[in-house]
Amino acid sequence: MTIGQTLLGLLEEAGPRHGYDLKRAFDERFGHDRPLHYGQVYSTMSRLLKNGLVEVDGVEPGDGPERKRYAITEAGVTDVASWLAQPERPEPYLQSTLYTKIVLALLTGRDAAGLLDVQRGEHLRLMRELTRRKTEGDLADQLICDHALFHLEADLRWLELTAARLGRLAAEVGA
Amino acid sequence: MTGPLLHAENLHKTYRSTPALEGAGLAISAGEIVAVMGPSGSGKSTLLQCMAGIVRPDSGTVTYDGRVLSELGDAERSRLRRADFGFVFQFGQLVPELTCVENVALPLRLAGRRRRDAEQAALPWLERLEIAGLAGKRPGEISGGEGQRVAVARALACSPRVVFADEPTGALDSLNGERVMELLTAAARQSRAAVVLVTHEARVAAYADREIVVRDGRTRDLESSR
Ligand SMILES: Nc1ncnc2c1ncn2[C@@H]1O[C@H](COP(=O)(O)OP(=O)(O)OP(=O)(O)O)[C@@H](O)[C@H]1O
Ligand SMILES: [Mg+2]
Repeated sequence: MTIGQTLLGLLEEAGPRHGYDLKRAFDERFGHDRPLHYGQVYSTMSRLLKNGLVEVDGVEPGDGPERKRYAITEAGVTDVASWLAQPERPEPYLQSTLYTKIVLALLTGRDAAGLLDVQRGEHLRLMRELTRRKTEGDLADQLICDHALFHLEADLRWLELTAARLGRLAAEVGA
Repeated sequence: MTGPLLHAENLHKTYRSTPALEGAGLAISAGEIVAVMGPSGSGKSTLLQCMAGIVRPDSGTVTYDGRVLSELGDAERSRLRRADFGFVFQFGQLVPELTCVENVALPLRLAGRRRRDAEQAALPWLERLEIAGLAGKRPGEISGGEGQRVAVARALACSPRVVFADEPTGALDSLNGERVMELLTAAARQSRAAVVLVTHEARVAAYADREIVVRDGRTRDLESSR
C-alpha cells in the first residue's frame, strides 16, 4: 500500500505533524482524484506507529487520535528510501476483464464488435475529460493526466487491434 | 437550436475500382470540433476532401451554410474554400520561397488584401502560435514542429468558419503534437470555427468535442449509437 509510504515521505519532508496536516498535504499534492478520508489517515498512522516507522512527538490535551503529533523515525526514513528505490511492477493486465468479456460475448453469440465500440467510446470520453483538465491545469495536473492518458491510449490501441482480429479470435475460441 | 454549419450526407466515392466512401455522413455545427478516426484506408481523408469541396462525391450531398457544394460553380467553390475554410495537413505545405509571415499572410492576400495589411494581420497569429520570432525565416530554416505551427497560423489567419485538419500532428513528436493541438483548438474555440480533425491518434482526438469512426467507407457515431 502506498498511502503509508507517501504519508511517511511527507512527514520526512515537513517535520513533525498532526494527522490532519498530513492529510492536507497529501490531498494538495496527490489527492486530485481521491482525497484521503480521515479514517484512512489515522488507521495508517497507527499502523506506522506500531511498526516503529513513526513515533509520537507530542500529544495535545484532550483525547482521540487527532491529538497526536507524529515524527518520522530512522526506520521510517529507511523505509521511504527503499520504497523509492524499488521499481514498480509493470502490470501487464494478462487477465483483463475486457478480454474475458469479449470472449464471452463471442461464445454466447452476442455483439462483440459492438461491445468494443462502446468501450472505445467510453475510453475516449474519459480521455477528452482528462485532456480538458490538463489544458486548464498546472504542470502537476498535466503530468497526472498524461499518465492516465497514455495508459488509456494503450488500452484503446488494444481495442482497435482486437476489433481488427475479431474474426480470427472467434474462430480460435470456437464461437 | 440552429442546424449544422456543414453537413455531409450519404456520400459515395469510388476511385477507379476502389470504393473509398460507401454512405458516409457527418454533421458539424459552428464552433464544434469533431475528430474523425478509423483504420488506414477507411476513407477519412476522402471524407474530409469531399466536405471541403476538394473532391466531388459520386453521390450524396455536402451542404455548407445552406448551400450544396456540388451545385456551386468551380469559381464559386474555390472562392468559398479560400474565404471560409482553412486547411492544415500532415506536412505543412508552406511555400518554401516565402518567409513564415508571408506564408501566413498568403490566404489573406489571395482574398484581396494588400501586402502590408495582410502581413500586419498575420503577425498576431504568429504570436498566438508562439512563433513570432520565426516571422522572417523561410520554411527550410525551421523545424517540422515550428512549420506545423506556421501552417496552423495560416489556416486560422483568414478567420475561417471551418478548419479542415488532416493528421495535423502526424509528423510531430507527442509533446509538439499536443502543443499544436492545444493552440489549434484554443484558437478555433475562441473564434467559434468548426474543426474537422482527421487523426488516428486517440490523444489527439481527445482534444475534440466528439469523435466519429470511419470503417470501410461508412461513418459511425459512437456517442449516438449508445
Ligand atoms: N486519389 C486517389 N486515387 C485512387 N485511390 C484513392 C485515392 N485517394 C484515396 N484512394 C483510396 O481510397 C481509399 C480511402 O482512402 P483515404 O485516403 O480516404 O483513407 P484514409 O482513411 O485517409 O487512410 P490513411 O489513414 O492511411 O490516411 C483507399 O483504399 C485509398 O487507396
Ligand atoms: Mg488519410
